[in-house]
This record gives sequence, structure tokens and C-alpha cells, in this order.
Amino acid sequence: MTTWIHRYQSLLRLLVCCLWAVSGLASAADEAPDAFIKRLSTEMLDLVKNDPALKNGDIQRINGMVDARVMPHLNFQRMTAAAVGPGWRQATPEQKARLQEEFKLLLVRTYSGALTQIKEHTIAVKPLRAAEGDVEVLVRSEIRGGAEPIQLDYRLEKTPGQGAGWKIFNLNVMGVWLVDTYRSQFAQEINAKGVDGLIVSLAERNKSNARK
Amino acid sequence: MRIFLSLALLACATGCATAPASASRDPFEGFNRSVFQFNEKLDQSVVKPVAETYQQITPQPVQTGVKNFFGNLSDVWSTVNNALQLKPVPAAESFMRVLVNSTVGLYGVLDIATELRLERHSEDFGQTLGYWGVPSGPYLVLPLLGPSTLRDTASLSVDTKGNLARRVEHVPTRNTLLATSAVEKRARYLGAGERLDELALDKYIFVRDVFLQKRLSEVWDGEPPEAAQSQDDPPQ
Repeated sequence: MTTWIHRYQSLLRLLVCCLWAVSGLASAADEAPDAFIKRLSTEMLDLVKNDPALKNGDIQRINGMVDARVMPHLNFQRMTAAAVGPGWRQATPEQKARLQEEFKLLLVRTYSGALTQIKEHTIAVKPLRAAEGDVEVLVRSEIRGGAEPIQLDYRLEKTPGQGAGWKIFNLNVMGVWLVDTYRSQFAQEINAKGVDGLIVSLAERNKSNARK
Repeated sequence: MRIFLSLALLACATGCATAPASASRDPFEGFNRSVFQFNEKLDQSVVKPVAETYQQITPQPVQTGVKNFFGNLSDVWSTVNNALQLKPVPAAESFMRVLVNSTVGLYGVLDIATELRLERHSEDFGQTLGYWGVPSGPYLVLPLLGPSTLRDTASLSVDTKGNLARRVEHVPTRNTLLATSAVEKRARYLGAGERLDELALDKYIFVRDVFLQKRLSEVWDGEPPEAAQSQDDPPQ
């Protein structure tokens, strides 16, 4: 009896997995990068609008949301590598993991403040200028609702493998590319104190931020 | 203006050798850093407290009215600069904004134009020069005014003339207007300033890199060419 249930359960699980994979394949493979950004940013905006804790900048909750809903759509290793610059190649796998973790915490701080500003805003994605078969594209969008629209652009890469979809590897807010903003500062830390020095500085910054 | 320029030259003569050889865009880093420190101290001791008090004692509708009023003045100057850059639609929209807000919007206190979906297209004379190909030149931090570039510093005198608040004949009124405008502007960035302290490993570099990127983007209306964006590129 128990083996029967067991077998049934695993069959069911397999079936669900298949269904999930197929639906995932279908939606991801067919989805154009601008449609992906439209869907993702609308989802995010709705999520924040309907969640008072997120809107009030509850950092714990925002961290959870970022891990669950944002990180899967980012190539965060590429973002960190670009921000760290040439020093990235010298870093050990452990150092790379630490750098990503600390950089993520710092960025979540950066943008958590913006969430409190969201009111009746909407997202407008501009027409895509990309050729069929491009593996990297730029998607431009605007947050509308204030006097002046807020520019929000994304650089996306097509992930390898069939139907894997798109991942964001840089973000531009009001004309400023996020990854580029940290490049000189990180380079300065690495030149002065090495990769470990940069990790320590980032960790200290995040620690003192957490105390506030 | 001349004072700034000669100060900059002086800084180059004295500070160039000692300044860390970071970016080709910031040859006066030593000088800039000291002005940056000065501005920071002034902000902490005077400007920020005044802005905080303004924010606390002024009712929200009044704050919005003040912001809209100065926004309307800036739309006037944006209209001129959009025209100088031969951008007909933004120029016309800016002009319509001024027209609507100055009349129906009671001298700009109400931003009716935004409700009518007339978007703001901010342009100043530095952007106009940039549009016509004048390079930004080195990064400069100006006393009181903060981050700038050589080009934008040079165009300040024109921008000043374009600021209607400065054209008021009655001196006390003019000074009140200019002071209010400065405090209002600072009050808007109260949250952002606090955030900057949390984000930066080196606040000077952070502010510089963000400012230069943002300025470049503004000159190109949000779409700067790829080559100009790379930070390691030598200046043209």
C-alpha cells in the first residue's frame, strides 16, 4: 500500500514538473525581451502597491522579495564582475561569492528607498530596436505619473539553452548605469587593499547601514 | 565665473601632481575634493538644517505650490533651450506648459500641465552647448553650487540670465525668491542625500561618477552613444 502511494506520488510530481517545464518553455521561449520587461516591471509595481510593508521600505521584507522575485531574472554574477572590473579575475570562487552577496545587499539598500515613492505610477516600454537573433538587447522604459517621466532602461542577455529566456545584466535609472556607478570606487579599493579589502569595506558599509 | 576658472587653474598648478591619477575626466581631483569637503561641511551645518526646518514647518500643499512655481520658471528657460536645440515638439510642449501653468495654474503654483499630460522637457544652456558638440571638459566641483563641468560652469552666466527669478528688480523679493528656490531644491533631495551616505564607499567618487553619467545622458536625451559611455575612454 505504502509503496503504491509512494509510486503514485512520485508519478504525480513528475507530471507536475513536466507541465511546469513545458509551460515555462513556452512562455519564456516566445517572450520578446520588451514583453518580458513589461511583464516583470508591472508585476513588481503591483506587488509593491499592494504590500504596505514593501511600500514602507521594510528592509527584511524587501530582501525576501528581491531574492524570490528579482534575483532569478538577473545575471548577478555578470553584474558584480562588471562592477569589480579587472580584479574579478584574480578573485577566488569564495571571494566572488562574498562580493556578490555584499554587492546585492548594498544595491537593495539603493533601491528600497525608491519604493516609498511609488504612487499611481505606470510603466511604459518603448518600442524595441533589436534584430532577430540578437543575444544582447537594450530595453527602454519610462515610469510615468510625475511631471517628468523617469527613465528606466535594461540591458538583457539571452540565456543559453533552448527557451531559457532573458536575464538582466545592467540597469539604467535616470541616465545612470548601475554597474558603472561602482566601477571606480571598487577599483580604488582593490588597488589600495586588494579583493579582500573591497569585501571588508562592503561588509562594513552594509553592517553600518543595517544598524540604522 | 572668472574666479572659478582661475581657482581651477590654480588648483591644477598646485594639485595636479598630488591628485590620485584616477580618471582623465577629473584632472583637478585634489582641488575638487577640497571644495567637495567644504560644501559637505556647509551643507551639514547650514543648508541641510534649514531645508529640514522648511520641510517640517511648511504644509505639504504649500511645498508643492513652491516646487511648481519654480518648476514653471524653469520651464520658461527649457522652452528657450529646446528651441535653441531645434527640438520643435519639446519646445512647443514646454511653451504650452508655461502658458497653461502661468494662467490657469495661477502663476505656476498649480501644475495643471502635468494633469493634461504635457510632459516636462528640462534643458539648460549647458545641455544646449553639449547638443551642438561642445565637450563637457573636466569635472569641477564649485563652491556652494556643487558638481559641474568646465562647459557647464562657463554656461552658468547664461543660465543665470535665463532664470526669471534673478530678473526681479526689487532686491529683497529677488533674494527671497533665490533663497527659497535653493532651500526648496535641497529639501527635495533630503532623502536622497541620506541614501548617498549609505551607498558610497567613497562619496566623492560616487557623486562624480553619477553626475557625469547623468549629465551626458541629459545632453543626449537619455540615449548617449555607446562610445561616450565607457569610462575608460580618453576625452574627445
